[in-house]
Amino acid sequence: MAVEDQTPLPPPFDTLDEEPWIAPIADDVRAKFAGLDDTIALNIPKPTSPEEEARLVGAFLAGLRRLFSAPDNWTFLQPFLFSVEHCARCQTCSDACHIFEESGKNELYRPSFRSEILRRIYFKYIKKASTFVHGDIDLNWQTVTRLLELSYRCNLCRRCAQTCPMGVDNGLMAREIRKIASQEMGIHPKELHEGGSMLQLKVGSSTGMNPEVLKSNMAFIDEDTSEKAGIKVVTPFDKKGADILLIHNAGEIMAWPENIGAFSLLFNQAGLNWTMSSEEPAYDGINYGVFYDDVQFARTALRHMQVAQKLGVKKIVLGECGHAHKALTVIADKVLTGGLNIPRESCMPLLRDIARSGAIRFDKSRNDFAVTLHDPCNYVRLMGIVSPQREILGHVVPKERFREMTPHGVNNYCCGGGSGFAIMSGRNFASWRHHLTGRRKFRQILQAFQNEPMDAEHPKYVCAPCSNCKGQMREIIAFYKAHEKAGLHYGGIVELMVNAMADAKPGYINWEWH
Amino acid sequence: MPQLPYLLCYLAFGSFAATVIARFVMWSRLPMHVRWELYPVPHEPADKARYGGSFMEETDWWKKPHETSPLGAVKATLPEVLLLSSVKTHNRPLWLRTYPFHMGLYLAGAATGLALLTGILGALAPNLLASSLGTVARKPIIMLGVLGLVLGCMGALALLIRRLTLPALRAHTVPADIFNLVFFIVTFACALLTFVLVDIHADKAMAFAANLASFNLVPMPGTGAEWILPTATVTLASALIAYIPLTHMSHFVGKYFAYHAIRWNDKPNLAGGPQEAKIVKLLAYKVSWAADHIQGSGKKTWAELAMENPTEAKK
Repeated sequence: MAVEDQTPLPPPFDTLDEEPWIAPIADDVRAKFAGLDDTIALNIPKPTSPEEEARLVGAFLAGLRRLFSAPDNWTFLQPFLFSVEHCARCQTCSDACHIFEESGKNELYRPSFRSEILRRIYFKYIKKASTFVHGDIDLNWQTVTRLLELSYRCNLCRRCAQTCPMGVDNGLMAREIRKIASQEMGIHPKELHEGGSMLQLKVGSSTGMNPEVLKSNMAFIDEDTSEKAGIKVVTPFDKKGADILLIHNAGEIMAWPENIGAFSLLFNQAGLNWTMSSEEPAYDGINYGVFYDDVQFARTALRHMQVAQKLGVKKIVLGECGHAHKALTVIADKVLTGGLNIPRESCMPLLRDIARSGAIRFDKSRNDFAVTLHDPCNYVRLMGIVSPQREILGHVVPKERFREMTPHGVNNYCCGGGSGFAIMSGRNFASWRHHLTGRRKFRQILQAFQNEPMDAEHPKYVCAPCSNCKGQMREIIAFYKAHEKAGLHYGGIVELMVNAMADAKPGYINWEWH
Repeated sequence: MPQLPYLLCYLAFGSFAATVIARFVMWSRLPMHVRWELYPVPHEPADKARYGGSFMEETDWWKKPHETSPLGAVKATLPEVLLLSSVKTHNRPLWLRTYPFHMGLYLAGAATGLALLTGILGALAPNLLASSLGTVARKPIIMLGVLGLVLGCMGALALLIRRLTLPALRAHTVPADIFNLVFFIVTFACALLTFVLVDIHADKAMAFAANLASFNLVPMPGTGAEWILPTATVTLASALIAYIPLTHMSHFVGKYFAYHAIRWNDKPNLAGGPQEAKIVKLLAYKVSWAADHIQGSGKKTWAELAMENPTEAKK
């Protein structure tokens, strides 16, 4: 691929020459690790002997077999089996994929491509079925490592699945390949496993934050928020029998404390009976297992629920984190029983109800700047939560300043950071991500603001109410220097709410780049 | 063996039914999976289904009745079945080819069904069919049949040309894809030739259907082309009917599950509800995944693995 394969962005970013191309990986890295399209997500060492090659292929086939076994894969067996058996190879899904489109329709990124490879391997090497019917493929260590890498070239946004006339789900197929890698072969991106789910199980948070650090950080956030808003804020912790246990993505505490502070302020001002937990891992809603490993997923979800059970809360509310929403409310739904089956819900309807209730007065004129809304895939396409966030914006942003992206809602495009990509930056992966996965969202944002003066003097707010999406926004805006060139800024939805709170000091949103 | 065409038909129908039932049973017996719905879900009430909203847009949704609209699901299913609406929306060039093909199949199937029905009626009430009703019934059967065969043949041919000429499709085509389309083209073309050359009033077809329906296995009449063409049509059609459900073209069975059991399956597991008992059983499955952080070895259950903390030894 080259930058010339890509369609130019809208102005003022319409000169391809200005886009620094993907930095090449070092020769010694390329020699040592298996890669794909000149980037690396998994760092699989190249085998150095025929025995190692055979071991790699054998482990892959063993994992593939397990995907078809009910005891090992009851969690996804039916949807997986359907997607294996019923693809008509019509390629209807291709145009729905933002990566395929932004790559200039590079065959490698066709959403059905990796699925078809997996399918052919299964039918030829596991089922020993006819290659006349299912197609032929050679299986060797390169096929395996390239396929595993290819499973990390998909955001798992499932936009392609929405368009499939059969109901085949190539996003699911990519995730199942990731499961072979992780659950059987012990291969995973270190950001998701060692530095993600394992760290969370070990200390309570993938940020490395333990309960003591959490309390200290939260005290600082309360103080800072009180000062900025002019209203005393105290975040309640470990309150037994509270109506609500609020679980944030702990990354927010470290990177975007204004989001955490805004939640505390709004919940307190609305008079809610709520609490946060300081017990590991319930102060960090992340569950990276949802991206690559069912067992790690179940472990994290179970621990979240155990803390909620111990606190005796009536329900869990998830803060602005898309994958935490889907993990705990939807996927964990078929894992929890008895006392652990405590109701869980998104923060969006609750915030909408607060805005509707009139418990807090909002002055829209304080948000007199252009605003667009990014729909996190996990809220919309995967949970059907579309309207509350728009209603909230209706309460706090002047109608004429709001710009919908096209398309939006359940037909949205992924931010490009989905499925763990937002935190994966090893080697040159971040550079690859900016060009391939994040470019469509950046294009959409620019299109939404095209009738605005595209300069730094006219601030524009990209409301991205999801931690991973926000991380991706930060990177893509920085990559294109769009804060300086076009006045783009990003943040969550609660910051906009507090910025419009009539009883708070004005200027909650920090427009400096951070 | 003069009864062979009849036997082939019985075998084909039997095989078709058995395979379809087996596939239906296979799909329905798979264990419950985790929720993996994809919005829009059309059985949400109309005001939410309009933009893809769900019951999860409400606070405390578990305290409220989960209102669903069966009509919404029907309104989404009918255009999908009758108009192939998702192909129409997302891949118009394909729809222009695959819709005639599918419509051809529907119409040819309807004509066959009507012919068999007429045959049964004829066996049960010969006088009724001998009256003007028999003549009246024949016209729509001929019309549906011919239109179905023409559309099916043209659609399959157009699909084949597209698959062979469009690089994006060609690269993903396996030999069976070509074989399947050619199979349809040859079968439809043979049936059309039979109609045009030796059975323009559909007398032979109607008689064969009547004999088939009444188990009256008299030899097919005629010699030369008059015998060869109808026999070839029956043989090809029988083979096709038996073959379809053995392939990925059995999506007419699987698609029901893809939509109702997966894509639109948003049924929450409420505390103390009927799903919990099933989940307890599933969590007792023993796991064999072999990675270091799992080491299932077929001995640990899902419940045990979930309780286990692989980092504890390192703490």
